[in-house]
Amino acid sequence: MNLLVGQIGHLSVILAFAAALVAAYSYFQASRGRALGEEDTSWLRIARVAFFVHGAAVLSVIVCLFNIIHAHRYEYYYAWSHSSNHLPVQYMISCFWEGQEGSFLLWIFWHVVLGFFIMRFNRKWEAPVMAVFSGVQLFLVSMILGVVLGGVKIGSSPFTLLRDFLVDLPVFKLNPNFVPKDGTGLNALLQNYWMVIHPPTLFLGFALTLVPFAFAIAGLWKRELTAWVKPALPWTLIGGGVLGVGVVMGAYWAYETLNFGGYWNWDPVENAVYIPWLVLVASLHGMVLWQKRRTGLRTAFALVIATFILILYATFLTRSGVLGSASVHSFTDLGLSGQLFIYLGAFAVLAIVLLVWRWKEIPISEKELTAYNPELWVFVGATVLCLGAFQVLFTTSIPVYNSFMGLLGIKTNIALPADQIAHYSKLQLWMGVGVTLLSGVAQIMWWQRNDKTTLVNSLAAPTMLALLGTALVVLLVRYNKLTITPAYVALTLAGLFGVLANFGTIFTLLRRGVRLSGGAVAHLGIALMLLGILASSGYSNIISRNVSGLLYSREFTEDLNRDNVLLWRNETTPMHGYQLTYTGQFLEVPGVPGYVDKQQLFRTDDEYKAVARAPIASEGKTYYKTGDTLEILPENTYYRVAYKNEKSGEEFVLYPRAQVNEEMGGLLASPAVKKFWGHDIYSHISSVLDPRKEKTWSEAKEHVLSVGDTIFLNDYFAVFRAIEPAHETAGLNMQKGDLALQADMLVSGERRQYHAHPVFVVRNRLVGRVPDEVEDLGVRLSLNSIDPVAGKFTFAVSTSQKDYVILKAMEKPFINLLWSGTLLMALGFGLSVWQRGGKGVLTTDATPAPEASAEAGNRAIRPQPVS
Amino acid sequence: MKKTHIFVLAIIAVAAAIVFSTTADASVYVGFGEARQRAAEGNVTKVHVVGKLPRDAQKRPMGLEYDPLTDPNYFAFTLVDTNRVAQRVIYNNPKPQDFDASEQVVITGSMKGQIFMADNILLKCPSKYVKKDLKGATASVN
Repeated sequence: MNLLVGQIGHLSVILAFAAALVAAYSYFQASRGRALGEEDTSWLRIARVAFFVHGAAVLSVIVCLFNIIHAHRYEYYYAWSHSSNHLPVQYMISCFWEGQEGSFLLWIFWHVVLGFFIMRFNRKWEAPVMAVFSGVQLFLVSMILGVVLGGVKIGSSPFTLLRDFLVDLPVFKLNPNFVPKDGTGLNALLQNYWMVIHPPTLFLGFALTLVPFAFAIAGLWKRELTAWVKPALPWTLIGGGVLGVGVVMGAYWAYETLNFGGYWNWDPVENAVYIPWLVLVASLHGMVLWQKRRTGLRTAFALVIATFILILYATFLTRSGVLGSASVHSFTDLGLSGQLFIYLGAFAVLAIVLLVWRWKEIPISEKELTAYNPELWVFVGATVLCLGAFQVLFTTSIPVYNSFMGLLGIKTNIALPADQIAHYSKLQLWMGVGVTLLSGVAQIMWWQRNDKTTLVNSLAAPTMLALLGTALVVLLVRYNKLTITPAYVALTLAGLFGVLANFGTIFTLLRRGVRLSGGAVAHLGIALMLLGILASSGYSNIISRNVSGLLYSREFTEDLNRDNVLLWRNETTPMHGYQLTYTGQFLEVPGVPGYVDKQQLFRTDDEYKAVARAPIASEGKTYYKTGDTLEILPENTYYRVAYKNEKSGEEFVLYPRAQVNEEMGGLLASPAVKKFWGHDIYSHISSVLDPRKEKTWSEAKEHVLSVGDTIFLNDYFAVFRAIEPAHETAGLNMQKGDLALQADMLVSGERRQYHAHPVFVVRNRLVGRVPDEVEDLGVRLSLNSIDPVAGKFTFAVSTSQKDYVILKAMEKPFINLLWSGTLLMALGFGLSVWQRGGKGVLTTDATPAPEASAEAGNRAIRPQPVS
Repeated sequence: MKKTHIFVLAIIAVAAAIVFSTTADASVYVGFGEARQRAAEGNVTKVHVVGKLPRDAQKRPMGLEYDPLTDPNYFAFTLVDTNRVAQRVIYNNPKPQDFDASEQVVITGSMKGQIFMADNILLKCPSKYVKKDLKGATASVN
């Protein structure tokens, strides 16, 4: 029992909290009543020291918490509930942020890192911006403070001892120093490489939204109503890229790991990140409009502030327990809802009051925008994004309305739409149409002088090509006997137009410098993503339909979605263009590539260990010999399903898995995906014979046989070939003087023959029997007795339910467009940051360049695009 | 009227349309009694029903019908809602794993004749949230 590390950790949390308080107050004092850049140096010095202390304390908290997990200190609740002895080191990192406290810590950590960047590179803005930063840190650290003040519990400490958490457990009354031998383990769903990098990416994205917010607040406070945009813009760009990539990473994880049949389920927790991302991207457009064209400053202010408030709202939604059970991301409700609500309320009120107070002073553009101004279309695009965000927000908040009305004493019973996917899709689709069309138009117009002729010239080509392409797509869809709704046609048209227009823009810009093309590349990526989503989700095709011609007679004769097929082990089933064969259960063995057949493993009492019953080889290399003990990963059972394309004859194998996962309610299926150039084949198990339950065997039937006799076992033909000294004695622990004999029974299955070797052991005149099982065939044999005189052998034969799986499989056309579009989008954001990199983030802002006027000058002299 | 005003009006119109469409799509939590009433009135919108499984003395759920060997896409069970109204439910999908252990079941769907056709099942399992059970703790104390 190590109490010290927890005490150091808890003390560090308190220190971090106190230091954040000092830093916030000192930065505030340093800047109060003074103009930007003329801070009170003595307060500033105190503030810096305080923030450094805060940073060091946060690091210390992280080190302590990681030590608790890494050293398996199960006296702490956090380690006990999130880790276990068998957890590989890389997943210890994921258990760090599996719990609420750890994920808050991750978020706090990123704020510290970003704070240091601001202190180093944005000296002029340091005091007011860092005052906001420290204030936010104060609230965040309070969430993990874990102290009781005046009977009120503030925050939940990750250093709580198990005995303080499970107070009522009798064991602690007997022995307060009791430490469990093992933890309960990391949710096996999260034992996935994406869960190592997805949360840090997402929280970095969350943290990055604080930077423009802090600059905007500083700008409002210091009456620097225009100058804040320039230093904040690169951070918004990075934030947009990181958060966007983080969201798609989460989607990819869900696609690979969960079994709802796709990558996006409109789960409230997914929406909680998607909403602020949309508004963040809209705010980015507002900021660019101001920075480049001196318009839209009020929009930029409002949206930057809205983004941060939405991040806080998302935090409130996902962590306060208000969503209840409507989510796959089940954060434990730690009773922090009051604290979270205060956090949300404090910053929302502060920011909105400040904005309203200064609203009239924020400069607006004198010129009236016309349809020939690209600014207008960028502005409309940002509005469309905000409306899209509003739509998701309004529906996602339905559980909040119920809770709120409940607080007022009114009982309401509104529920989320019964078919959420249809609800969101039908509305978000139009946002997609608007965004891609506008992005194409605005990108073309942004880089050229616009009048009727140039506009018609430059828009004609992409419009004509997009129309042609759409016509072709509609024909192809019809040709494949599928239907296409008018909404899908619109999205195809918009998507193609977006791709072509942005592609054209990139082409034109290449001559003027690759760096400038960041926006066009990102927009091209978005257009491709939308096309990918349309194809893969709109035309996701279930191929596991029952094609046996057998109709089940039930109450309903109407055409129902019978989306699952039953596959018997080793029997081939035809299915919508494929021949499927389920051939057995496999396990993962660390060190051996691929999967190992369960029939080759003799399980031991230790569920993580097994004995090899046959040489374990892969691609010609033998990893374990018969009788070797090896480590296995028992949580996941992989079901080997062989696919054969009836048309092309192409064959491949998928291993969908079922996972024993007590936390998520027992047995959980994860899909296996086969990637092709133009589509994915995605399949998962819908139901299996529970691998945790012992098989039920029929009552044993005795057969008396002589060598050479044949019998029928569970409808299979079998020959009793010989009796011989036992050689498979791996699990028997044979000693000198023991006698072991085995029968050799050759059973003919559907595909191959099996040797069954029931063993008969005599040790100290006591008889032991080791039955043998042919798992493929559901047969168990035991050699019950030997009559050496008559040469007769008595066998007991029992049979069991033959193994099967119920499988659902679907085809996802052109899903690669979504992933490659995401990469392009990230590249576009990267290019844009690079373009500004020299001017923003990584320089001290000593020489404020008159960027806008220089830009205007450039526009006047630069050559016109050809078409 | 300035262009800005038209633009603002357009935004308000779209926002109103979104609110309206959400209200139209939003479902409700009801009991089976009301679900039957709705069906009788010809209202086919899908509803949410919260309920529990009836259990026998050994805490085993009663009335589950799932035989994958005959039809893997047919699962029937009886659910008792919060007003203690029992109703036969059919779900044309495989039986969710660990359905038997669930404490609470939320289904969405609508009545068709005497049967509630569910198209979605949400389970709340006892172990899903806070870990409160220490396995083997009492056994290892000496």
